[in-house]
Amino acid sequence: MNSQKMISTRDLTKTFGDFVAVNNITFDVRQGEIFGFLGANGAGKTTAMRMLCGLSIPTSGEATIAGYDVYKETEKIKQNIGYMSQKFSLYEDLTVAENIRFFGGIYGLKNGEIKARSRELINALDLNDQKDLLVGSLPLGWKQKLAFSVAIFHHPKLVFLDEPTGGVDPVTRRQFWDMINQASEDGITIFVTTHYMDEAEYCDRISMMVDGYIRALDSPAQLKKQYNAESMDEVFYELARGAKRTE
Amino acid sequence: MKQLLAFIHKEFLHVFRDPKTMLLLFGLPIAQILLFGFALSNEINHSNVIVIDYAKDVASRSIIEKVRASENFDLYDVLDDHHMIEEVFKRGETKMAIVFPSNFNEDLVHGGYTEVQLITDASDPNTATTLVNYFNMLLLGYQSEMYQDQQMPMNIQLSLRNIYNPELEGTTNFVPGVMALVLLLVCVLMTSVAIVKEKELGTMEILLVSPFNPFMVIISKVIPYLFLSIVNLIVILALSVFVLNLEIAGSIILLFGVSILLILAALSLGILISNVTNNQQTAMLISLMGMLLPTLMFTGFMFPIENMPKFLQVISNIIPSTWYYIIVKNVMIKGLGFESIWKESLILAGMTTFLLLVSIKKFKIRLS
Repeated sequence: MNSQKMISTRDLTKTFGDFVAVNNITFDVRQGEIFGFLGANGAGKTTAMRMLCGLSIPTSGEATIAGYDVYKETEKIKQNIGYMSQKFSLYEDLTVAENIRFFGGIYGLKNGEIKARSRELINALDLNDQKDLLVGSLPLGWKQKLAFSVAIFHHPKLVFLDEPTGGVDPVTRRQFWDMINQASEDGITIFVTTHYMDEAEYCDRISMMVDGYIRALDSPAQLKKQYNAESMDEVFYELARGAKRTE
Repeated sequence: MKQLLAFIHKEFLHVFRDPKTMLLLFGLPIAQILLFGFALSNEINHSNVIVIDYAKDVASRSIIEKVRASENFDLYDVLDDHHMIEEVFKRGETKMAIVFPSNFNEDLVHGGYTEVQLITDASDPNTATTLVNYFNMLLLGYQSEMYQDQQMPMNIQLSLRNIYNPELEGTTNFVPGVMALVLLLVCVLMTSVAIVKEKELGTMEILLVSPFNPFMVIISKVIPYLFLSIVNLIVILALSVFVLNLEIAGSIILLFGVSILLILAALSLGILISNVTNNQQTAMLISLMGMLLPTLMFTGFMFPIENMPKFLQVISNIIPSTWYYIIVKNVMIKGLGFESIWKESLILAGMTTFLLLVSIKKFKIRLS
């Protein structure tokens, strides 16, 4: 098992009846990488990501996450990954501190650890005055940053971010990406889906999914060169316009 | 274990922070008990009664005068014979008929003993009982007045005949009924909504991605509501005893035991409902339609099961609250022990186990 590979898939496929949502995708994500997982709506990104998180069983193919098999070792995988879904997913009727404590608790962290880490987290996010406010009363940008911090609270090896910056303003998006970079420097591998092409530029490598297939996979610079494009926008357009599936 | 505690703590926070949940949880049972209690046992004024007077003597006339004067009764008619009674009852124009036998006064004065027959429409058992009690008071009043200038004590006995519902079913029966209703409704509604809410908000995904065992998700949803339902049960029983003056005849431990069985069945149903739906409104609707209606219709606390068509009687057998209602009625009102309800308890326990197993099996560990 190659420990350098955080994610490794071979011909991973998921079908729902006749519909092939994810079609024989094969790719690797190296440890410490920021990997952008791009594709139009309905291309199969979310389905692929769910298989990698152990939320959905693949129809065929192989995949290992942090060296663990997605069929047999889902429990081990769950210990080692963090996940931030595209819906905001903290409890709005709990306070900032209570949310942190709860998620620390279900990942089995010790009380002392939870306390120390939440102090750190609240300081880092500058939420000292808000820690006893209900999460529902915070602005969206803060919620998203908090959700990300909670997703990596248990120090996973790998974190999945499903369109983490949907609906937030450009300044917050920028700050959010600073946090992602920081996490990456701390050794956490980042697997992120996004619709913002400027964000794609921040990734080390990106893959493009079209109709269930991975059509391209390389660094942003290489992709632009390959498609003779000025920006990632053009690359995306070039690849996605042939798509048959739309939502 | 620590994970579980963190989760249960969180569940309690959800409940205590939401005024609507709190209202439903504790307001509903209190409202139900008081509403049913007082709506059914309220004072009755100016209720139509008819009198059939075969005696036409001093005693019968003075009693009729008392009836006429009473706030509780309105004398609808005085008839000479009883052939008309049924007609009047059928038209719903009276709830009670008072029949004086011939030689009423004579038997009373010389024999010291006579009878008045009361015929009540017991399709509304509470009204029937209340009217009988009123008339009894009136008779006692008459007797003590007469007693003062009589040597011999007089004794007028009531001979009761309830028509339409001879067993007077329903007098105290609504408390077990409300218990079944409230426990089912609260538990099914609360759990299904609590789980569906997590799906709707997207937090279920986060929980399923975490190493927290999905089975534990069920347990942590069930424990807080089990606890709150027991609190609810205590409230209902306390209200019945202290506000409605209902005595609990049988064993309280037995009562709690079977109630926990029903609560667990209801919680499992809640989990099952949460499996088939993804939004709170649907969950709420299924819980209400699926729980409230069958419980109202089939437990027998509103409509006697014996009077239902055969196939509805068969359906009533598959509803857990039907069995619970029988058990609670026997334990709480008749004061019977375990030996007389073990069969029903076994059926209820079987249903609970079945529902619990199915709900755990069906609980979706994965999203697709």
